[in-house]
Amino acid sequence: MRAIGIVLAGGNSNRMKELSNKRAVAAMPIAGGYRSIDFVLSNMSNSHIQKVAVFTQYNAKSLNEHLNSSKWWDFGRKQGGLYVFTPTTTPENSYWYRGTADAIAQNIDFLKNSHEPYVVIASGDGIYKLDYAKVLEYHIAKKADFTVVTADVAGKDDPSRFGVIKTDEDGRVIDFEEKPISTDGSQVSTGIYIVRRRQLIELIEKAKEEERYDFVKDILIRYKNVKRVYAYPMDSYWSNISTVSSYYNTNMDFLKKDVRDYFFRQYPDIYSKIDDLPPAKYNAGSCVKNSLVSSGCIVNGYVENSILFKKAYIGNNCVIKNSIILNDVYVGDNTRIENCIVESRDTIRANTNYVGNDGEIKIVVEKNERYAL
Amino acid sequence: MIKKEMIAMLLAGGQGSRLGVLTAGVAKPAVAFGGKYRIIDFPLSNCINSGVDTVGVLTQYQPLRLNTHIGIGIPWDLDRNVGGVSILPPYEKSNSSEWYTGTANAIYQNLKYMEYYNPDYVLILGGDHIYKMDYEVMLDFHKANKADITLATIPVPIEEASRFGVVITDENKRILEFEEKPENPRSNLASMGIYIFSWPVLRDALLKLKNQPACDFGKHIIPYCHEKGDRIFAYEYNGYWKDVGTLGSYWESNMELIDLIPVFNLYEEFWKIYTKSEKIPPQYISGNAIVDKAIIGEASEIYGEVHNSVIGSGVTIEEGAIVRDSIIMGSTTIGAGTIVDKAIIAENVVVGKNCRLGVGEEVPNKLKPDIYAFGLVTIGEESVIPDNVTIGKNTAISGVTDSSDYPNNTLAGGECLIKAGERE
Repeated sequence: MRAIGIVLAGGNSNRMKELSNKRAVAAMPIAGGYRSIDFVLSNMSNSHIQKVAVFTQYNAKSLNEHLNSSKWWDFGRKQGGLYVFTPTTTPENSYWYRGTADAIAQNIDFLKNSHEPYVVIASGDGIYKLDYAKVLEYHIAKKADFTVVTADVAGKDDPSRFGVIKTDEDGRVIDFEEKPISTDGSQVSTGIYIVRRRQLIELIEKAKEEERYDFVKDILIRYKNVKRVYAYPMDSYWSNISTVSSYYNTNMDFLKKDVRDYFFRQYPDIYSKIDDLPPAKYNAGSCVKNSLVSSGCIVNGYVENSILFKKAYIGNNCVIKNSIILNDVYVGDNTRIENCIVESRDTIRANTNYVGNDGEIKIVVEKNERYAL
Repeated sequence: MIKKEMIAMLLAGGQGSRLGVLTAGVAKPAVAFGGKYRIIDFPLSNCINSGVDTVGVLTQYQPLRLNTHIGIGIPWDLDRNVGGVSILPPYEKSNSSEWYTGTANAIYQNLKYMEYYNPDYVLILGGDHIYKMDYEVMLDFHKANKADITLATIPVPIEEASRFGVVITDENKRILEFEEKPENPRSNLASMGIYIFSWPVLRDALLKLKNQPACDFGKHIIPYCHEKGDRIFAYEYNGYWKDVGTLGSYWESNMELIDLIPVFNLYEEFWKIYTKSEKIPPQYISGNAIVDKAIIGEASEIYGEVHNSVIGSGVTIEEGAIVRDSIIMGSTTIGAGTIVDKAIIAENVVVGKNCRLGVGEEVPNKLKPDIYAFGLVTIGEESVIPDNVTIGKNTAISGVTDSSDYPNNTLAGGECLIKAGERE
């Protein structure tokens, strides 16, 4: 494909509450076997984008661990590859990334040294499948300067936490309001953009001169009447995970057969780092209903409407309901967990109760000492 | 100059005909095991965990699955600048082109491969056992004894020793005598088919016996070296080691994995077993499903019941189906309402709806009573079983079958239905 990729994965979201203490949103575990960033990286790989830069900043340890090899997404290549850019100090610059545009500005050489005519920019917190080549076709057909991929979140998520977009019949953006206090629209920006590389370099350098640092506010919205900004409406599954409730709901969506079939069984695949864990094991006395169970899990108790991520251990007589148990969690015997998200590598003591509400999911962070199995 | 202290040669060319239809289209080392693995994963993982990073895999019989599984060795960290894994098939020569005619003959035909790495020691492995073993410890033993050849041996119950090749050693573990399947065994140390040779000794023996037809390690090379007085030692291994050469032992060793604390534990962090993971998604257990005592691979979808079974990855068990005491390999579908008892069902099989597998009395198999025994139903890969059929015990099915192949919708116990050795 005639584009390079940029993945904006530096962000934190305080609406992720305790979950973001540990990692950037892009590194959040999703659907048992994945991390959020796997979706954008797999989409880029499957769209034949060969050269991808990931910008990280906030708490990137988990993310860097996950990206320690580019081969899982087929980016271990001589032509192109996967580049991870964290902020560094140079004689010219001693700042962190002050915004998305600044992140690109600080790594402008990556753009300048590429030869592909287009750039696909996407965030690391979207759960979707998309062939960016189709978006590029649209971009070229519309003779657009910018194409913004949009999704309709009516009835699914709160539009006011996104950029809300209105278009004319041709699809040209006529209104673009970032996180409006109130809105009647439900078509929102997915944070996926296509732009011509030279155009991007020019606007980024100009913004830098003017000390403007945000890609959406200072470039897209600022130029929307001068440049041709088009919306590409995506009608397949799309979800953004950067609040606790949307994170929870997105994971629970995978309990639906159509969502699983779409992501797990239909070509092309979503790739992830391989962990070499054994198959999940169900011991006598276990009972699992309507749940996802990942490799390396050992289940002894009762699990319903829940997602067990990799290497979860569920003790005897436990009851796990409507909950998400993240990677490598140990749950001792006779424990009850309902409507919770249990943080990864937690150790939950035997004979304890953690119960959240349907409307308000409880986040459990317990760093007890783990006894050897 | 390239220098590797020890390289491994992994013999993976055998058919494993005692696994019947399971190896109709794949070499035995490529047969699935334990939900997500293949048999060859065990020796390959042992190699990398033991620090052996140069492995020649000798293939001959039906190598496609092996080739695609191993690739360039990424899952085992065997993609290396120098060394790594190399697939070594038989090849044409300017004169005397031949297949691999025996285990030692296969190694002899790859003398150049071994010479290239300039090894001090060569480790000879088979591809048909389930075990975790540190070859480095065995090498230390070899060095400490200044041995020319070291055989890995395992103590077996003396009453079973007559099934094995056993060795008789002196108090220093130097081997005095070999006995192949002795009637009255004088020792319970069985050879595991794993050898470490000092390279000059191996090279010399292979060259001396190069004209020996069907040259074999057990039958020719070891006796030759023993006769000329080489120092041959028995290294005693005391861990889990399971031959999966028959359908019965294959079934049994899979079933051992679902014990509460399995003797062969795949859940330990130490000495991981690596494999090419074909699937990443988690498995789904539906609201009506019942799963008890089982291991299940990635991306499987369970809507029916699973009891006491080993399920591979990407398997679908439809609503109302019941699977008991069985092994279901990857990407197979068990139709709604079908009841499966004590079966081994290979990869990419479609079993129709409302079938009964493994019913009735045990009758010896008419075609191959030694192979299709143990009361098992064995179904080869890519087979299709139509709806509403009943299949007895000690049976085998391979290929796409339809209801016309089942008189009265039944395949009686002891029958074989082989429609595909070679599929169109």
